[in-house]
Amino acid sequence: MTAAHTIPMTNTTSSPAASGPVKEARKRTWWGKNGHQATVWMLRVALFLAFLVVWYVASLIVPNPMFISDPIAVWDQLVEWIVDGTIVFHTWITVQEVALGYVIGVLTGAVAGFILASIHLIYSVFEPFMMALYSIPKVALAPLFIVWFGIGIDMKIILAAVSVFFLVFLNTAAGVREVERGLIDAVRLMGGTKRDVAFKVVLPASMAGLLTGLKVSIPYALIGAVIGELVASNRGLGYLINDSASQFNTAGVFAAVAVLTVLAMLLNGVVALISARTGRWKPIGDA
Amino acid sequence: MTTVLEIEHLTKEFQRDDVATVALRDFSLTIERGTFVTVLGRSGCGKSTMLNLLSGLSKPTSGRVLHNGDAHTGPTPEIGYLTQSDTLMPWRTVLRNVEMPLEIAGRDKTDRTRVARDLISRVGLDGFADSYPRELSGGMRRRASLARMLAYGAETILMDEPFGALDAQLRTELQGELLRLWSQTGQTIIFVTHDIDEALLLGDRVVVLGPLGTVLLDQEIDIPRPRDPDRTTVDSRFIELHLELANALKEGARQ
Repeated sequence: MTAAHTIPMTNTTSSPAASGPVKEARKRTWWGKNGHQATVWMLRVALFLAFLVVWYVASLIVPNPMFISDPIAVWDQLVEWIVDGTIVFHTWITVQEVALGYVIGVLTGAVAGFILASIHLIYSVFEPFMMALYSIPKVALAPLFIVWFGIGIDMKIILAAVSVFFLVFLNTAAGVREVERGLIDAVRLMGGTKRDVAFKVVLPASMAGLLTGLKVSIPYALIGAVIGELVASNRGLGYLINDSASQFNTAGVFAAVAVLTVLAMLLNGVVALISARTGRWKPIGDA
Repeated sequence: MTTVLEIEHLTKEFQRDDVATVALRDFSLTIERGTFVTVLGRSGCGKSTMLNLLSGLSKPTSGRVLHNGDAHTGPTPEIGYLTQSDTLMPWRTVLRNVEMPLEIAGRDKTDRTRVARDLISRVGLDGFADSYPRELSGGMRRRASLARMLAYGAETILMDEPFGALDAQLRTELQGELLRLWSQTGQTIIFVTHDIDEALLLGDRVVVLGPLGTVLLDQEIDIPRPRDPDRTTVDSRFIELHLELANALKEGARQ
């Protein structure tokens, strides 16, 4: 493609939009489009490799392998667990807990946040209680949840859900409460009802807050589930960590932590995908 | 001529703690159908308060507004209001923003799109229907807001310093366009500004407001149309009126 394709528009000075910017098609090379990203990724890989090297060198210096183990031992342990199915079994348990806890926490948090924050009086009444509950370290609730729900998978799901709920609730509520007055007035001027205001303004405007909630709460779902497993369980990655530690298998601890890290990164990737799709309409002025 | 808006003894106070801020006191005005009335005043004289009351967004402390003979209680799509700031929905494209009033009025999809596309091209935004507000310049956002307001099909239009934040060239351009659109549709326009030239250039009639919305001057603008921003401003009648309005504003400041 040689010449740029301008969008049909007259270019005379009398044309109303003549002073505005014009959209034109421009082909870019692969490197022009992706060069920056590619550089960033190469540097990331280099940083990770450097970390492994430093770790390995450190393991040669530190005499006791129980302290920091070494990357090769961790790799061997990982391979062994992958081959005998240990990793798949325990990871699947943790994934279920995280996923269910996250979904339950997000749904309840988003709905509660949207409804409560939409009604001023109710929000004012609830807010201090919500803040108080939010501030409780969720680990402190684990013993209570064991009494209520036993030591099975339910307890971990609830613990994850509770951790997620408050973050999503507070962020959604903040999103609802920060909706620009002008936008609501604009819909009222169009003759919009309260329903129109709620669904055409407040809901989309609070999406930014909800997305923040979705993003920041992902690690907390994982924390909730794994803490539940550490406190009492016989399955899951938290259990695997506990079990390896009790057998003085430091490589096993690192291997399980590595799997947890990969899991967390995958979950973050999912959220990045969601926010990328809605990123185009950020409010005017915070480009 | 028939009366479209009657403002009767309007007072607006904002109560905060034990102090009431009076923005408008005993303000009365009558607007005839199809006229272009400019309201001129310094900032803080209650212009925006007046428009908010006329639009129905806020309720008067006392007094009332009659629209086509009926006291109006809340915002209505029969009165369009172009506010000072942009209130386009940032998550909607220009097209879907302009469609919004039609959507709320319950018009069907194909009809909406047709009307909205027509309005978008009338305000000169062809090719930007699928852009989001943040991808547009300030002037283009104003055009989009104008298109959205025209989509209500309102007979009465309120404008609050709509071109205040734009550069001089763009303002002149949009003033010209507004006059062109108005000459085609013949709506009633109440246009608030603090710019004497703008008030004279656009209006059939100019109302000069002093503190608390006292009417300092209510003057017919007998300058023939079409008016041209470059030529009309050097017309002798224009200059005469300009001085008259400037004096009235000074007079008001001394009170």
